[in-house]
Order: sequence, then structure tokens, then C-alpha cells
Amino acid sequence: MRPVYLDNNATTRVDPKVVNAMLPFFTEQFGNASSMHAFGSEVGAALKHARQQLQALLGTEFDHEIVYTGSGTESDNTALLSALETQTGRDEIVTSVVEHPAILALCQWLQKNRGVKVHYTPVDSRGRLDIDAYRKALGPKTAIASIMWANNETGTIFPVEQLADLAHDAGALFHTDAVQAVGKVPIDLKTSEIDMLSLSGHKLHAPKGVGALYVRRGVRMRPLLRGGHQERGRRASTENAPAIVGLGVAAELALEHMQEEQTRVKGLRDRLEKGLQQRIGNAIVTGDPESRLPNTANIAFEFIEGEGILLLLNKEGIACSSGSACTSGSLEPSHVLRAMKVPYTAAHGAIRFSFSRENTDQDVDRVLEVMPGVVDKLRELSPFWKAGANAQFAPTYA
Amino acid sequence: MWDYTDKVKEYFYNPKNAGVLEDANGIGDVGAISCGDALRLMLKVDPETEIITAAKFQTFGCGSAIASSSALTELVIGRTVDEALKLTNQDIADFLGGLPPEKMHCSVMGYEALRAAVANYKGDTWEDDHEEGALLCKCFGVDEGMVERAIRVNKLTTMEQVTHFTKATGSCGTCVEGVEAVLTRVNREMVAAGELDGALAFDPASAAIPQRRERVKSSPLAKPKGEMTLLQRIRVIESAIEELRPYLKADGGDCELIDVDGDRVMVKLSGACVGCQAASVTIGGIQERLATKLGRPLRVIPVPAGH
Repeated sequence: MRPVYLDNNATTRVDPKVVNAMLPFFTEQFGNASSMHAFGSEVGAALKHARQQLQALLGTEFDHEIVYTGSGTESDNTALLSALETQTGRDEIVTSVVEHPAILALCQWLQKNRGVKVHYTPVDSRGRLDIDAYRKALGPKTAIASIMWANNETGTIFPVEQLADLAHDAGALFHTDAVQAVGKVPIDLKTSEIDMLSLSGHKLHAPKGVGALYVRRGVRMRPLLRGGHQERGRRASTENAPAIVGLGVAAELALEHMQEEQTRVKGLRDRLEKGLQQRIGNAIVTGDPESRLPNTANIAFEFIEGEGILLLLNKEGIACSSGSACTSGSLEPSHVLRAMKVPYTAAHGAIRFSFSRENTDQDVDRVLEVMPGVVDKLRELSPFWKAGANAQFAPTYA
Repeated sequence: MWDYTDKVKEYFYNPKNAGVLEDANGIGDVGAISCGDALRLMLKVDPETEIITAAKFQTFGCGSAIASSSALTELVIGRTVDEALKLTNQDIADFLGGLPPEKMHCSVMGYEALRAAVANYKGDTWEDDHEEGALLCKCFGVDEGMVERAIRVNKLTTMEQVTHFTKATGSCGTCVEGVEAVLTRVNREMVAAGELDGALAFDPASAAIPQRRERVKSSPLAKPKGEMTLLQRIRVIESAIEELRPYLKADGGDCELIDVDGDRVMVKLSGACVGCQAASVTIGGIQERLATKLGRPLRVIPVPAGH
């Protein structure tokens, strides 16, 4: 049976058209774009074309606003560290409690080692940002506010335009980690207040190991990597030409499929959610139903633990992911669900299904067929699900 | 994806003795839903013989927690309660052909549930001594509480000692910084409490000094040869240049020894070497070769042609 891949927020399959576009840049047009010969200039032209393709997806006006990087994480790190350097007299960061570790871990490090003050804006039970708290955290010391465009676990979309506006009221830069949003929701940066935006190739059917940072024209920037003139001295390193060409084609394909993402893919997601809730009791959809990525469903199944669900689904050829502690090796469940105060009875059993344009109705049918049995089996094993004839579950130290 | 053994998978996919044991006379509950794993072990003990005749479990937790619980029931059935108490968490892990280090706590939970259930059967109360703190060393499954206890009880003050007592940092070494932080904190607390001489306490600043690798094979530079006379050195240098000459000649150049003054060796490059952009590379090559032959560092200085 064809496996069902529903973990596209983790990574996507590289589109075969992307692979085809990349291949010549390994063995034929393999030159260094900086070289003064035909091998180099061919690559230079391809990089330029890729930049235009990415520009079209992001709606940017100037090609120099896009800096290629090695990953979304690198883009995020560059944005924050650059802002702390360029915004003299400002040494505070405003962010949210539900950011990706690419932002959170860096902020924690900056707090500990660089004396940077970081404000973590809370969210409500649907994962929506507390705008008042965000506004209050901004001030004359804020170097940069960084809030993700959409959350990777729940798909909740944040009002980044409004947030950028508020940051500018305080004279602070605004960065958004848009790794999960790019390619899934329309973006038009030329009319936007956003100063910096991070994206990652492998989340939109391009290969791993390539990302980009959008830096609005006029925003000062300090490079993370020094050592070459590439990307106008903003990111030294010989350009990863095959990957950049791949990212360009992937961007073009994402733009072509944008409408489909908003309609057909969203339809699959909605059908899965409804179907699971009809078939399975004590299943809670997390996130903001009013403002969510069209491809992401995060459903918490009460009284069971996520890893067991994933193992049983995997046995049936279904791939998805979980915010449970046990799958990551940490002892705490997802920081996102905890910030949303999802009860422990459910947080450990939260499963994320993330779709892409490659998913079909059959995929949804298959999950709807398999999932009730998986949940039943684990609930039968769980001491918290109908404690049976025995007394209430009562450990001595709970 | 965890690297579970086939036995773990078998006991997760098809667990034995899962469910409620209706006439249990020893029940042990450990864990909590907030911790992410919880286990109820139900035993039926024959009061005459004290033999565990039946055991069942209910578990909330990951694959290895369910497998460990099931393994535990298999291990205890047929044993007397006192025999069963001699089992350890390692027996559960061994029964399953091993567990990933991050998952060893699943077997600990089983061991604790067993003690709780036996205590319940005997009418005793059971004191929990659940593992404490975050897992520091993933290779050996050592948590912060264990490291701290080892440091306090044995007055450990060096990283080497901590490794010997707990195995932490002993394998991949990625937890070194985390263990250092614990050692620093605990030593500091011990000094403050007058339990340790401040001069002996672990100094984290000294730990960051890079360590030299042990040389497997000593290079000629490592062991200076006994002092040579000037004449001996000149002979060695000349023979080294002689060995290089064919290569220089192949490129249309040549090299001549002019003088030796302490560690400075003056040479004259000639032929194609003169004005060649790679002359400094050539000089570097000669220098390296001479240093190796003489077993000591030296500088090769090109003297302008016509000198």
C-alpha cells in the first residue's frame, strides 16, 4: 500500500521538477558564480533567475532584498544578531513563547551570555498572541521584535502586519520567522512593514540546506558569516547554486499551487479533522480555527501518549508527528501546547497532521480508517481511560 | 525514530497481560499523566505460598513504557513476592534486549510499580525515590540527581572523578558542559556549607583550556635530536637540498646553500625559480624538509641572485 505522508511541516518531498532543474548544476554548470569565465557566468545568470522566482513568491520589489542562507535557522539567527548590532543603544528583544527553537534557543543564549533582555509574549488557549502584552513589551530599548508568521505545531497564523506596525511605533525592527507560511499563504512584502523574513527551502518542496532572509531595502544588516563578497557581502560562502536554483523553481511552483493550497489542501485537512472528531471521542483540535495554515491539523487525543500513536500509525504506513515528550527525548511535552495551557491529559497525546499539495483524498480515507482502532487500542491500555472496577488511579506521590 | 529492539516492538504491538486484573490483591500506581508516563501494576498473590499467580498492567506512556510494563508482568508471574522484589530495572531492560538510554526511565517505572504493588499487598506504605532532574548523560542514562549524589557523597572535585563514579561524559562527551555546570554548582554549595576546602573545588575556567592530543606517533619535530655541530648540520642541509634538486630542476630551477646562521638558512634560488610566483611556496617546501631532517624549527631565507 502507498504510504501516507502527513508530516509536511517537518519536511517536504523535493518536487521532481525541482530535482530536474538542479541536476545540471552538479555536473555541467558546476562553476563558481564569482569566476571570470563561462562556467561562472552561466551560474551567475541562473542565480539571478532563481532570485526573481523567489521575489515573485514573496512579492518583493528589489532583488537585493533577498539574501540566500543555508537554512531557516541561519536566517533567524542572522536577523536577530544583526539587529542587536545595528540598533545602537537598543539591547532588548520582543518575541513570543511559541517560537521555533531557532529563535527561542538563540534568545535564551543571548539572555545568558550577552545580557540581552528578552520579552516572551504569551498566547491564549487557542495560541493567539496577547497583543496588549506585546505592545507593552515594546519600548525605546527594543532592538527587534520577532514573531513567527505561523506556528509550526498548530498552524496558528499571527497578525504580522499589525505586529510590524506596532514594532515601528516603538522604533524597533520587525522580523518574522515565516518558514511555515511561505508557499502556503499569499505574501506581498512590497506593501509590508515587515523588515526581515526568514524562509526555508525544504518546507516548500525545495531541498534541505538552503534558505533565505528577506531584508527590506534600507534596513541595515550585519552578516553572520564573513569571508567573501557573495550576496553583496551579507552572507559569505560560495553560493550553493544547485540548491538555490531548486529553491527558485520550488518558489515558482508554490506560487502556481497557492490557490490549490487554500482550497483543495485545506479541504483535505478539514475533512480529516471533522472525520476524526466524529469517529473518536475526547479529541480536541488545538490552535486558532479562525486563522490557521490551510495544511495543518493538530489534534489532541486525551488519556493516551503520542509516541504510541505514532508507532502504531507508522506500522500502518502513516507518517505524522507528535508534540509528546517521549518522541523528542525531552521530559516535557511541546512548549507550544503548554503555553496554550492544553491540559496534560491531552498535551501528551497531541498529533500533528500536516498536508501538502501531494496529498490525496485516499490519504484522508486511510487515516480515518486506521485512527479509531489505534486510539482504542491505546486507551484500553491506559489506566486513565475508564479505570474499570479498580479504585481511582492514585500514585503515592502524585 | 527510536532504535527499539524487536522484543520492545513485539511487546508494544502485542502486549501480554494488558488490562484490568479483577481480583488483584496488590496494586501499585506510579507516575502521573503530567509526567507523560504512568503505570498501574495489578498482582494476584496466593497468600499461602506468596507466589504471584497473575499480573496485569495498564500504562499511559510511550512504546517502551508499554513494553516495559508488559515485560514486568511476564517476569514476576510465578515468582514469590520476595523473589520478585530482587528484580531490578536492568532485568526489565535485559528482558527486552535493551532500551535506548533516554528510555531507561521506563524500566525504572516498572521496577517502582513492582515495589509499590508489593507494599500494597503487604499493607505497607511505599516511599518513592523517583529519578531526579534532567537526563544529563544520554549515553549512560545518568540524571542530574545521580551526579549530584555522587559528587556530595564522594566529595568529587574533578570531571575525571565524576566520570569514574557515574560514567557520565564517558562516551560521546557532548554532555561535558552540563555535567561541569552541576559539578561547579554542587562544589560551590559544598564550600559554602563548609564541607569542602575552597582550594579543592572544581574550577570551570580551567576546564576550557584546550587539551593537547596525545601523539600516537611522535613526529621528528617533537623530539629534538641531540645537538649537532655546525658541520653536521650543514651536511644534513646539503643532503636535503640534494634530494630536492631533481624536482627543482624538473621545473627549470635550482637552489644553492649560501650560509647557515643559527636557525637561519640562507639559500639562493636560481634559474626558473627566480621571479617565479611560486618561489615562496618552494621556500616553504625546502624549509619544511630541512626542519624535518634536522628535527628542529628553522627559517629558510632566500638571498637575492648575484649575492
